[in-house]
This record gives sequence, C-alpha cells and structure tokens, in this order.
Amino acid sequence: MAITERPSSNVALPFVDAPVTASSTFGVLKRPVATTGWKSWVFTVDHKKIGIMYGATAMFFFVIGGIEALLIRLQLAAPNGKVLNADVYNQMFTMHATTMVFLFVMPMAAAFANYFIPLQIGARDVAFPRLNAFGLWALISGGIFLNLAWFLGGAADGGWFMYAPNSGPVFSPTHGIDFWALGLQITGIASLVGAINLIVTLLNMRAPGMSLMRLPIFSWMALVVQFLLLFAVPVITVALFLLMFQRNFGATFFDVSAGADPLLWQHLFWIFGHPEVYILVLPSFGIVSEVLPVFSRKPLFGYPFVVFSGAAIGFIGWGVWAHHMFSSGLGPVSVAVFSMTTMLIAVPTGVKIVNWTLTLWGGKLWFTTAMKFSIALIVQFTIGGLSGVTHAVAPSDTQQTDTYYIVAHLHYVLFGGAVLGLFSGFYYWWPKVFGKMLSERLGTWNFWLMIIGMNLTFGPMHILGLQGQPRRMYIWTKARSGEGFFNLGFWNLVSSIGSLVIAIGVLLFLINVVRTARAKTPAPLDPWDARSLEWMTTNPPKEHNFDVIPTVHHLDEFFHRKYEEDENGAMVKVKSAEQIMSEQEQAADKHIHMPSPSYWPLVLALGLPITAFGVIYSIPIAVFGGVVILFAAFGLALEPATAKPTDYDPPSNTGDHSGEAVAVG
Amino acid sequence: MADLAVHKEADHNAHASSSGISNVKLGMWLFLGSECLLFGGLISTYMLYRGRVGQGPTPAQVFDIPFTSVSSFVLLMSSLTMVLAVSSATKKDDRGTTLWLTVTALLGATFVGGQVYEFTAFKSEGLGFGTSLFSSSFYTLTGFHGVHVTVGIIMLMAMVGIIQRSEFPGSKAETIEMIGLYWHFVDIVWIVIFTLIYLIPV
Repeated sequence: MAITERPSSNVALPFVDAPVTASSTFGVLKRPVATTGWKSWVFTVDHKKIGIMYGATAMFFFVIGGIEALLIRLQLAAPNGKVLNADVYNQMFTMHATTMVFLFVMPMAAAFANYFIPLQIGARDVAFPRLNAFGLWALISGGIFLNLAWFLGGAADGGWFMYAPNSGPVFSPTHGIDFWALGLQITGIASLVGAINLIVTLLNMRAPGMSLMRLPIFSWMALVVQFLLLFAVPVITVALFLLMFQRNFGATFFDVSAGADPLLWQHLFWIFGHPEVYILVLPSFGIVSEVLPVFSRKPLFGYPFVVFSGAAIGFIGWGVWAHHMFSSGLGPVSVAVFSMTTMLIAVPTGVKIVNWTLTLWGGKLWFTTAMKFSIALIVQFTIGGLSGVTHAVAPSDTQQTDTYYIVAHLHYVLFGGAVLGLFSGFYYWWPKVFGKMLSERLGTWNFWLMIIGMNLTFGPMHILGLQGQPRRMYIWTKARSGEGFFNLGFWNLVSSIGSLVIAIGVLLFLINVVRTARAKTPAPLDPWDARSLEWMTTNPPKEHNFDVIPTVHHLDEFFHRKYEEDENGAMVKVKSAEQIMSEQEQAADKHIHMPSPSYWPLVLALGLPITAFGVIYSIPIAVFGGVVILFAAFGLALEPATAKPTDYDPPSNTGDHSGEAVAVG
Repeated sequence: MADLAVHKEADHNAHASSSGISNVKLGMWLFLGSECLLFGGLISTYMLYRGRVGQGPTPAQVFDIPFTSVSSFVLLMSSLTMVLAVSSATKKDDRGTTLWLTVTALLGATFVGGQVYEFTAFKSEGLGFGTSLFSSSFYTLTGFHGVHVTVGIIMLMAMVGIIQRSEFPGSKAETIEMIGLYWHFVDIVWIVIFTLIYLIPV
C-alpha cells in the first residue's frame, strides 16, 4: 500500500495528536497554539478563519457606511434638511464613500479570495500564512484608525477623491484628512501584502493538473484583481505621502499659490482610482461566473473568453483614468484619446455580459437566491455600464460632471455590480463556510427589497443629475426645486425612501445570518450540485482543507468526478458527493503539517497605527511605532513555521517538531 | 497502487511550487514590481516640479555633482559585494558570507551617510524641505530612496547576526539571495534617479 507510506519518523500533527492544552503563558518565548477560544482566532494563520474575519470586518463597516448613507438621504429627503450641518455633511459623504470602497467592498472581496482561492486550486493554505494574518490586522487597524477621526476633531471632509485645494489645511483645518491619508496607507499595506500573497498562491500552489486554463473563474478574476492591486496601490501611496507631507511637514505639492499643479493629485489619484473600480467589481464578476453555471446546470459559456476579457479589462483599465478629468482642461488630444479607450473597455465588459447570458440560455434554471442576485447583477450592472458609456462621450460628460448623474452611474456599477455579486456569493457559499444553509425564504425578501430599493434610490438620481442637481450639495430649497414631473423635491424623496428599503433588505440579511447561526440543521454536503474543487471537502472544510490533494483533469473538476457521459453523450451522475468524500477520507494523507499560529502578525499590524498617530501628533510616538514594527518584523522572520514542543503546556512529548517539511510555510 | 504513489509524489512537488520559482522569490519579484510604480510616481512628481524653484536656490546652485558621483559609485560597488555575498552563501561559506554582507552594508551606510551630509549642506544653503516645489519633490524622492537603502542595511546586518544561528526557518542562502534582489533593485533605481536629477540639466 504505497498510499500510506510517507516518511513518518518524527511526526506531529498540531490538530490531531498534538497536546490539546495550549500554553497559558502570554509571552514572546512561547507561541500561541490554542485550537479553541478567542486566541485561536486572534493569532490564527488559517486562511479560512482569516477569510471569515475579513468578512465580519467588512460587514461591520458595511453597516457603518450604510448608516452614513441613510443620514445623507435623510438630510436630502425634504427641503432645508436639518439632520446634518454643512460640515458634518461633508464628512458624511466622504466617509461613506471611503468606508464602502476601502473598508467594505475591498475587504469583502479579500474575504472571498482568502477563503476560496486555496480551496479552489486544491491547496492547503496560502503561500504566506502569517503575512495573510498581518494583512487582516493591518486592514482592521487601518479601518479603526480612519474612523477614529470622528472622535478626534472631525473626519475627512474633502470627498473620497480628495481634490486640492479642498484637501489643503486652509479648507480642511481639522486632522480628518491626516487620519484619512494615513489610514488609507495602512489599508494599502494590507492590500499590497494580500496581493503578493494571493498571486504567489495562485501561481505556485495549484494542485497537480490545475493548469491556468482549468482554474475556476473566481480564482482567475481574483488573480487579475491582485495584479491590479499590486500596481495600483503604490500609486495612491505616493499621492497620500505627498498629501501628508503637504499637510504635516510644510511641502506645497498641491498648493496653487506656491506654483503647484493640482492636476498632479488628480492624475495620481485616478491612475490608482480607475483600476480600483475594477478591483471592486471583478471579484463579483468572478462570483457570478461561478454561480450562473451551477444554477443553469451548464458549463460557463466560453470560459476562455471570460478569462481573457477579465484580463483585458485588467490591462485596458490602466488607460482610461483621465475620463474622470474631462472637465479639468486636459486639452482636446487627451480628451479624445481617453474617450476612445473608455469606449474600448466597454467591449470586454460586454463580452462578459454576453457570456453570462448565453450561460443562462437553454439551461435548466434554478432560481435560488444566489442565482437571483447573479441575474440581477447582469441587469443592473448593464444599466450602470450604459450610463458609463455616456461618460465616454466627452461633451456629454462635461455636462454631467459633478452632478447626481455620476452618483447614479457609480452606484449602479458598484451596488449593482460589486454588492449584488457579493450577496450572491454569500448565499452560494454560506453552507460551505458555515455548514448551514441561509434561509431561501428570507433570502427572497432580502433580494427583492434590495433590488427595488436600489432602483428607487439610484434610478431617480439620473433624473436629478440631468436636471442639474450638483453632487455633494448638502441642502436644497423648495423655491429652486422646479415644478412638474421632474421637480427635484419629489425625486429626492423617492430616492430617500429607496435607501430605507435597501436598509430593510440588508437588515433581513443580517436576521437571516443570525437565524442560520442558531439553526441546528446541517447543510447537505453538496447542496447546489456544484462544479469546482472547493465543494470537494467537508462543510465547513477541515483545517487542512483536503484529506487528499486532488489531481485535476478537467475544468470543473468536481463536476467531472460526479458526472460521466453516457452512450448518447448526455452527462449522467455516476457518483454522489458523499461517495467522493468517503473515498477521500479513506485515502487521507496521514501526516499533514499546518503552520502554527503566531503573535507577530498582530504585533506588526499594531505598530502601523501607532506610527501614524505619531506622524499626526508627536514624532517620538512615531519612532516608538517604528521600533514596534522593526521588533515584530524580526520576530516574524525568525519564527519557525510550526510550534516547538516547549510551546505546549505541558510540553509536548510527541517528538521533535522542528526540522520537518511543512505542507505550507 | 504504483499509479497512486506517483500522484503522491506529484502532490509533494506541487507544494514546492507549480511555477518552478520558489514562493519567496516570486513574492520578492512581485514586491519589486510594485516598487517600480512607487518610484515611478515619485520620479514623475520630481520631473513635473524640478524647474519650479520659486524664491529658493536652483539645482545648479546646490548640487555638488562630483561628490554625489562618488557616493553613487560606492553604492554601485555595493552591488558587486552583494553578488559576492550571495555566491559565498550558496557555497555555504559562512566566513565569506559574513565578510561580504558586512562590506555591502558598510558601502550602503557610506552612501546613506553621504546623503545625510548632502541634505545638511543643502539645508544650510537655504534649500529646506518646504522651500520650493523643487526642494519638496527632490527631498521626497531621494529620501524615499535613502529609506530603502537603510532598510536594506538593516536586513544585511540582521543577516550577519543570523548567519551564526543554527536555528533559522527557511534557507539562509535563499534569504540572502532575496536581500540581494532587493539591494540590486534599489541600486538600479538610484541609477535612474541620479541620471534624472543630477545629470540632466533643467
């Protein structure tokens, strides 16, 4: 039996035969080894736990950002709104956008990527598990740091793209923008580390036979996104540093009176900012491309086209940034070039829409909540895409710039694209992650309320914008709202009511989550008759993901293990998921080594906000933060991947743990 | 059964790497790719603002090109010693590795020392950080580079300490090679910066 014969002289399995009593000592000498309780989460390096914590963090900030949005809509629901004053209103829309973009959609996409990439490619963890944990904690500390400004004199108030001169000390004398610039640098570090980690994972850790053209489509889109992050994050980092030097150290990078060119900020911001749009939406495209085939009972139509159109979006996304700046006086040549590239990028996006539609075509459609959200994404994103093409026409864009028409467009692509896709992913993968099904009945209510709500909220904004209501206007008066069907008052009210409907929809989702958590019924092993490798493990997956690392022979490997062609060429089910699983369990690898938990990622991440505080308030604190970072970096570098026997209480006697080959390191 | 055994073997290799490049090396290359964009942004900013001296001194008034050329030469020579360190490390020659790592760090420190001297001299000639757009973007770009060199020196010196330790997770030779990649990158960036700032007249 060659199958069980692996060299097994000095064996220790942290999760099987290691001592269960973790060290009770906090300290740098003993490392955390707990497998239960809060320590098993805070010090974990398991990509699945990290993914769940990314998701919980993102959901928390989604609620915060949602409350900010509701306050904005409440202020604009009636003439002479009294809910917020002008200053707080400015902070509110700035932080609404910042929270939703950097603290909700990006971390939520990271949650899916962290959790599912290793499972989809047949790996046991990511390439750098401790850096993965560091990314999570850096994101959390950055997110908290950003929002602390609310309590320390006021949040950032320059709009999420923070144009000069509004970002200068003259127009924004509080520390809000300092917190914003430094907080985004911290979350940027998290994104950069995550991007490197996931690219290496995707390129290096695929199961045997998992060629790039057999990669599940979500993993493909995540790969494109990580490359976009890798190259976009440093550009915004430069911009944020320049802003920080201007506000805190007397430089004048964006100060026109000192001869500076404020367009520099706009270019740097949008060279980051436009790829950022695809960073937000491509993960959802990936999710939808997973969900539609499963619930259409058909393979994804034109897999290579979906892959390459995603990659094409990734490339062309770098050549369209100046369409955000048509009204800034770039000159006719630039405007013409960027108009054309903007129209060009609609092509690969259109290819995706066509592929999704043709995946549905002729399929046996199964309208689960996940499927409904995915189909809704196609429809709603297409509306947003079409209003986007109207921005490619520079004269029309000049008319629309800084009006509610832009607000309508960006919400149709980001809510109708990114958010609906993420919700589709929640319903599709919930049983995989938590082992229980979300209620489909509540899900249906959640779905319809969100769809009706979003169209009520963002649909009227097209009208408001074309009627000339400027973006970021904090108040409107009866006298200037116009008359008849297109009067601003009526449509602002509709929009505000719509935002409440969305809120109720999201609330139903949260209720659904709580009820599911309390429910006892476990989910079936393969509830959707799914196609890709992440379903070829238990629900939820074991710590080491797969008992046997699968060898991949097909795109949609799991489907091809369940189904075979009969003599008429029709696919018939020959094996159930349960059969495949029990085969796997019998053939299980006996000795699997997973990396041990670690304190260092958390310590390293805590050094970042300390340093940032120091930059704003007092340089010695920054120096102290730097020392913490340096200390933690050394700790991280010198720490072995697995715990030593002496890290356990009482010390492990299962033999020498050091010097073993680890599954991942 | 033999067939299964082959698959097992394949599993094991798969964990080593599907692309044939080790995880840390691929990670380092990706990081350096990202760094290109970081320096790209900073260099663009400098190129935009280099002529905007306002009331402050012009580049020609403060730059001491022979001095900076010498310190640039020192930095470039450190790339050579870095190569020697990597080569000693691959041969598991601990003494040679320690020697060349130390020399590399010293050459890097000489460069940073030169930069500190240069900054002090410029400051005394009236070129403060906020004096003009030129000065802000000059200090930002060269300062960022200096910080990168300093981080490299810290890594080199840490490695000198680590070389003696018996316990180290991962391969020492590969870690030194990674530091080398970073070090060469920082040197190459300096060639670009030196050319653009000092050699091309405004």
